[in-house]
Amino acid sequence: MPGADKEADLTERIEAFLADLKRGGCGTGPIRGSGETARETTALLRKVTAQARWSSAGDLMEIIRKEGRRMTAAQPSETTVGNMVLRVLKIIREEYARSRGSSEETDQQESLHKLLTSGGLSEENFRQHFVHLKANVIEAINELLTELDGTTDNIAMQALEHIHSNEVIMTVGRSRTVEAFLKDAARKRKFHVIVAECAPFCQGHEMATNLSKASIETTVIADAAIFAVMSRVNKVIIGTQTVLANGGLRAVNGTHTVALAARHHSTPLIVCAPMFKLSPQFPNEEDTFHKFVSPHEVLPFTEGEILSKVNVHCPVFDYVPPELITLFISNIGGNAPSYIYRLMSELYHPEDHDL
Amino acid sequence: MADCGEPDGPGNKDDITRSKNEGKELSKEEKQRLRKQKKQQKKQKERKNEKSETEKEKTPVSLLPPPRPVATQKAPSALPAPASAPIPVPASAPFHSSPAPSPADKPAKSKAELKAERRARQETDRAAKQPGSSSSGIKTKVPLSELNPVVKRLPEHVQVDDPAVVKRLAKKLERQQIPLRSDYGYKVSLFSHLHQYSRKAPLTQQLSIPSTVIHPSIVRLGLQYSQGIVAGSNARSVALLHAFKQVIRDYTTPPNEELSRDLVNKLKPYISFLNQCRPLSASMGNAIKYIKKEISNIPSQCKEEEAKTKLLTCIDRYIEEKIVLAAKAISKYAIEKISDGDVILVYGCSSLVNNILCEAFEKSRKFRVIVVDSRPRLEGREALRRLVQRGISCTYVLISALSYILPEVSKVFLGAHALLANGYVMSRVGTSQIALVARTFNVPVLVCCETYKFCEKVQTDSFVSNELDDPDDLMVTRKGKTQLENWQDVSSLGLLNLVYDVTPPDFVDLVITDLGMIPCTSVPVVLRVKNLDQ
Repeated sequence: MPGADKEADLTERIEAFLADLKRGGCGTGPIRGSGETARETTALLRKVTAQARWSSAGDLMEIIRKEGRRMTAAQPSETTVGNMVLRVLKIIREEYARSRGSSEETDQQESLHKLLTSGGLSEENFRQHFVHLKANVIEAINELLTELDGTTDNIAMQALEHIHSNEVIMTVGRSRTVEAFLKDAARKRKFHVIVAECAPFCQGHEMATNLSKASIETTVIADAAIFAVMSRVNKVIIGTQTVLANGGLRAVNGTHTVALAARHHSTPLIVCAPMFKLSPQFPNEEDTFHKFVSPHEVLPFTEGEILSKVNVHCPVFDYVPPELITLFISNIGGNAPSYIYRLMSELYHPEDHDL
Repeated sequence: MADCGEPDGPGNKDDITRSKNEGKELSKEEKQRLRKQKKQQKKQKERKNEKSETEKEKTPVSLLPPPRPVATQKAPSALPAPASAPIPVPASAPFHSSPAPSPADKPAKSKAELKAERRARQETDRAAKQPGSSSSGIKTKVPLSELNPVVKRLPEHVQVDDPAVVKRLAKKLERQQIPLRSDYGYKVSLFSHLHQYSRKAPLTQQLSIPSTVIHPSIVRLGLQYSQGIVAGSNARSVALLHAFKQVIRDYTTPPNEELSRDLVNKLKPYISFLNQCRPLSASMGNAIKYIKKEISNIPSQCKEEEAKTKLLTCIDRYIEEKIVLAAKAISKYAIEKISDGDVILVYGCSSLVNNILCEAFEKSRKFRVIVVDSRPRLEGREALRRLVQRGISCTYVLISALSYILPEVSKVFLGAHALLANGYVMSRVGTSQIALVARTFNVPVLVCCETYKFCEKVQTDSFVSNELDDPDDLMVTRKGKTQLENWQDVSSLGLLNLVYDVTPPDFVDLVITDLGMIPCTSVPVVLRVKNLDQ
């Protein structure tokens, strides 16, 4: 039966995606960049919407929630997957509300007034069936995909507003967004970039080679020299893995040191992060915040006898509090960290925050 | 400006270029004055005309007494201008008429002859000068000598971008028969005033073995320094002192020479050689100063054998007092600061800090240690081995994981390479970062440093005076790929491998020295007390 084939095909694709996610857990980062992960997730969700059997919005949301839980469980540190699931859920809610004819604002936030007057849970249960809901949802997801395709270019377009000539810019590790940002600015301005190599994975080396191929004056420094050279740096531009709900960052390890050094020298810290990295998580879950990889990167097995007597840690991420950040540059423009909560409310629905 | 220039004779290149530079600076201010005084000085001009060729070189040199550091070049040239009325007038007039005298005579005279002529002229000039002008001559000398103690001579190794200084160093090394080490690789523009050497090209490759000029133990020491076999402030100083002991043992005073003077002169090329292999550390500088002082204090009637044994015991005593006993004293103070249940963070491999931890462990304090390490030197692994061997429980992380590990830490112990006179701590690169992050997490930072590492230098950032290590060390091969393999071929790519950095005193809570526990800002007090003692 064609239906069964399609379903099998869909399941296969989901399984392949999950396997990729699980494998991408080594320290050098996922096999794909986070942009590609986001696109892949959204494409999969579109397929699920198109091929799965559902009759009302509520059913669809249940199916997507189920798949979403499986995907986030495969690699909890890869938050873009969960973010995309939340985006799709929000799209479904919006399309449902539009089909029903009610304005979008009414069931948006929980105000105290609403809590008192409605007296209990919202009666909205998404059980109504609408004929064109499927088409609308798929169209909206296509729009989302187009938006995802253009994020890096949107961010790179803003580069000239933030970089003047003869600047010294510092960056940490490797971020495709920052690379595009700097390359775009280099077309018109001349500046100098200092890249901190970010041991033990040394992704900064790849970043430096790519930047120098675009004829940008690049210098590679060891992590230990970050504070030493910070006094000559005009701006720090970094990428991040996740933007947390309070405006803080979960970024590659070493970023907190860079942020502190920048604060000490009153150097602005600019974070280039597309909106799909914004996650509704807060940083206070101690045991789930950090991710560790094999300590052999830090102390190789060749060290011999002392290995059994020593604890070796190799954390991958660092928490950067929002007070140290000056500006977020995303595909929808520049924002202060204090505005992040507002952006979150536009992207995700509060009831979806816990999948 | 060009009219003041004298054509370069092949024999007198050095003197003439020097005086040409100074002549140019003077002529700007002088020209207007000369035009005014021209009519008055016609008689003297005629008298001095015959000596005009040589005086042009002489007067700028005599107005600018010997130390000619870069900083003071402008100052002396400005001083003679206001007070210059009588003196340079006889000679300044020839400035104005400089194109006139025949340049053809110049190439014929050799440097030595010029020197002799100059000296003769100076004598006659001094006799010929009127009392009024001679007093103003002294007047110009006085402010210059006042300047000298304030402006010290800049060390050569921070003036690599000045070609005059580099040429002077090359000449000095040539005289001492030591090869000059050439810089390697693309230097980041911020550091173009420093040397950058490659470890693959040690200085000894350019020496003939066996070297007649340099003692073999010094050659060996230089090689050990440049290859990083002997590293660490204390280790380098002790190795240096032992090598000098061997030199003294093998030394014999040549006839008609005094041991006190000749031995110091013998040591000079060795020190240049070691400086070329790897720039001297502050502790080594202090040790060398001490040895030179001891040698010059040897009374001339002392017999050679006696003098040599005296020197050897002096050196042994220095090592014993300043390094070994100081370490014991510091351990005693530091152990008071370690309590049971402490989690202590250390960075890199400091012999003193390792000593303290081992002693504390012997005295049955219960603590555990976190060793922080950084690429590319990875010295922390050595410290880890030493501590684990004693049985101390250790954790090991890289410096990028500092923010993760600091919430567990109760104290930070750091070693120092030198303590500067303005309270800044000069230590291995990365130390300032650790102090910064520790301060953010409110963890106390204690620096342990012996007093012989205190130095009179002042520095506020890590750029003006630092050491650049081999840039190839930053390359790393991961999963079979070396990203930076061909960094030399890419013109816009540079690698920076700093060795030292300075930590501001507000990050450091306490400095433990053999004189006690002092705040960072008391370093100049200790230096003054030490100078009074000596």
